[in-house]
Amino acid sequence: MSLTGSRFSGRGAWLPSRTGLLKGGRVVATLAATLLGLLLITFLIGRVMPIDPVLAVVGERATNEVYEATRKAMGLDQPLIIQFFTYIREVVTGNFGTSLLTSRPVIQDIARVFPATLELATVATMIGVALGIPAGVLAAVHQGRWPDHFVRLIGLFGYSMPIFWLGLVGLLVFYGKLDWVAGPGRLDVFFEDVVPQVTGVILIDSLLAGDLEVFTNALSHIILPASVLGYYSLAYISRMTRSFMLEQLAQEYITTARVKGLSETRVIWGHALGNVMVPLITVIALSYANLLEGSVLTEIVFAWPGIGFYITNALLSADMNAVLGGTVMVGIVFIGLNLLSDLLYRVFDPRAG
Amino acid sequence: MSKLTSAWAIGLLAAVSLTAPASFADTPKDTLVVATTIDDIVSLDPAEAFEFSGGDLLQNTYDHLVEFDPMDLSAGYQPGLATSWTVSEDGKTFTLTMREGVKFQSGNPFTAEDAEFSLRRAVLLEKTPSFILTQFGFTKDNIEQTIKATDAKTLVITTDKKYAQSFVLNCMSATIGSIVDKKTALEHEKDGDMGYEWLKTNTAGTGAYSLKTWKPNESYVLEANAEYWRATPAMKRVFVRHIAESASQRLLLEKGDIDVARNLTPEDIAAVAANGDLRVDEDLRGRIVYMSLNQKKAPLNDPKVIEAFKWAIDYKGMTETILRGQYTVHEAFLPLTYLGELKDKPYTLDIAKAKALLAEAGHADDVAVKINVRNEPSYMAMAQAIQGTLTEAGIKVELTPMTGKQSLGEYRAREHDIYLGAWGPDYPDPHTNADTFAHNPNNSDEAKLTGKLAWRNAWDIPEMTKETEAAVQEADRDKRAEMYRAIQKEHQMTSPFVVMFQKIEQTGLRKNVENLVTGSAISSVYYWTVTK
Repeated sequence: MSLTGSRFSGRGAWLPSRTGLLKGGRVVATLAATLLGLLLITFLIGRVMPIDPVLAVVGERATNEVYEATRKAMGLDQPLIIQFFTYIREVVTGNFGTSLLTSRPVIQDIARVFPATLELATVATMIGVALGIPAGVLAAVHQGRWPDHFVRLIGLFGYSMPIFWLGLVGLLVFYGKLDWVAGPGRLDVFFEDVVPQVTGVILIDSLLAGDLEVFTNALSHIILPASVLGYYSLAYISRMTRSFMLEQLAQEYITTARVKGLSETRVIWGHALGNVMVPLITVIALSYANLLEGSVLTEIVFAWPGIGFYITNALLSADMNAVLGGTVMVGIVFIGLNLLSDLLYRVFDPRAG
Repeated sequence: MSKLTSAWAIGLLAAVSLTAPASFADTPKDTLVVATTIDDIVSLDPAEAFEFSGGDLLQNTYDHLVEFDPMDLSAGYQPGLATSWTVSEDGKTFTLTMREGVKFQSGNPFTAEDAEFSLRRAVLLEKTPSFILTQFGFTKDNIEQTIKATDAKTLVITTDKKYAQSFVLNCMSATIGSIVDKKTALEHEKDGDMGYEWLKTNTAGTGAYSLKTWKPNESYVLEANAEYWRATPAMKRVFVRHIAESASQRLLLEKGDIDVARNLTPEDIAAVAANGDLRVDEDLRGRIVYMSLNQKKAPLNDPKVIEAFKWAIDYKGMTETILRGQYTVHEAFLPLTYLGELKDKPYTLDIAKAKALLAEAGHADDVAVKINVRNEPSYMAMAQAIQGTLTEAGIKVELTPMTGKQSLGEYRAREHDIYLGAWGPDYPDPHTNADTFAHNPNNSDEAKLTGKLAWRNAWDIPEMTKETEAAVQEADRDKRAEMYRAIQKEHQMTSPFVVMFQKIEQTGLRKNVENLVTGSAISSVYYWTVTK
């Protein structure tokens, strides 16, 4: 599943209906159909994988009797189609089952791991946007000169460097040598469970609790992994901004604006960038959605208990309830961001109304 | 632009200064912070837990009827929650006297009733490790007669036949022998599950620590039980964090943010050893690495071909290079330090001999095999080294990397050619490995003795099976040890198992951490002995 890259070309993808009800109904129907398809595919992949989910539970030593009893208890002796419908029936009632690996309801697990990913992806995207857009603008304005080469080089580096390696080097330099940031993990162990969990996003929870010490500690932990991911996002956003800006700067209305005597700052940051914002929303949403899927390697290096590691670990152990639950969550995020970018698109581009 | 640039610069500066970590030079004196991997924990119920990390957690939260002295593991089992025991003349009835004055973490007093409940539920729940108890003949139907608290201080256990006393008591020291707080478990009982659902994620023992929090794949926190009957733990809190990456563990250790790093690669171990603030401890663990040849597949069932494989492995070379510091050469199925250990290493790399054996068998250049191997760096490195020397001997090898669960499925179905893997003992008695490597009472497919490696490799051994059964009943300790040595010698010569290595665990520690016992081959980690 992916966000529609064609969204900013706009027309007709989601025609506004006259009644809000109909519109809402369509959204829900699309959502349900997409999720059902997603579940079916994930379910089938999970069942045809050459991994035995029963062994994930009973372990290597299990006798055949224990194995068979567990297989039956897990419902795996039923035909595939029955298994799927049983699962869907449970999901509809809000029950995503229990994870084999954690022995806890999947929904509880997701409520624990997703906020960690959300927090990381959000800070990373903020870094990516805050640095990527100005860098892209700068490169476009100075096309062919050293600022352009510099930004492109930075972008190329961000694109080419394995994120795992970047994370390790970052840790070695900024944590190991310079002591500027804290090490792996979301918090120092001594701060764990100090503030009550409200949203699961520690930066927010600590502020809600008014505990600045925890907030600062969480910030010192998140800044490096978020910068590493943000760098990757920066590389993408700056490249796209540059290319959109070049397109806009060649337009006649820019020449007109300059002829009218508007300052260069206003021409670039007001007129050109204003028009670039529309396609940029999709780019940012895409980048954000990718980060929200969880970045397994970054999560491993930084011991960040996010959804990427959760789903990967579950998949390798054939913990299908966890995989399906996690996939639905990621699916909802993608669809949600798709809708959000549609909405923002309308805000920024009155023609889309 | 310039204003904007300045704003960015100020913003970045502010961010950096704001995030400068409130770092600790070292962790507090009464707190231990451990980095390890805990993503294998499936359940915390002692009747079900069967993974390494789960064993570590439960070792510190529960006690057993008999215990090991962590400071002298080689001394064997000692009184634990049972202070003494007697065995009837026929060798079948064990009468154990319970320790008085011990309390569970809930505050409930420990009695024989808790011991009866714990052992019975382990049998009744029928989870994977239940075989450790059911091998003594305990069943759902006879459990009320065979495991019985006759009063608050006395537990009577009756086995179906005579077994070596050491065998029975050694099994009681395994995780499944953990004594659970009956009252607390039953308070959380659902649909007659004896507290199973609750105990999967909680603990209720008499151990040195209680589990404060457990976040799967993330961390758990243990809090000391101030009234622990064996000693007052110096470490009031133990934080165990899941950190999979060795380099991350090393950095945290070097910075003093953790006290112990348990999953360091040889490169990181070398760096830790060279650091004056740190230390490396080595401990010989129970895991055996072996390669086995499926006897259903010709010509792998030809004794000469089997022997050729044993001469075509560079045991020493691997431990000096890719497995440096992580494994030691060991060629018998019982881990060193076990009763009946065998130190003989009859095989070394001898390509000429392997070639000659293959030629004698009439298979000089027509043996082509697939080796199933876990797709993990250390196993893949071993597999590639083995592939190299086997190829030199004229054996064509195709490596099939698989996930652990995937390779096990094929192995248990007896569909593999060759399996390269590891086996860790389930309880600290030689029978644990003898039962799997040298015992196969029914080699038919229908028997589905999937828990036994001899069966998985279709190795039909009626004589050795009898010898193994005799050894487990031998009461005389020395004689028993001798019997296991004899079985292993024969096994080395005739079996389709190429036993190669025994695991060495290397742990990186801050220099001030003392007495951390990782459990050697027979036990799990102990935290209550640690001082700083």
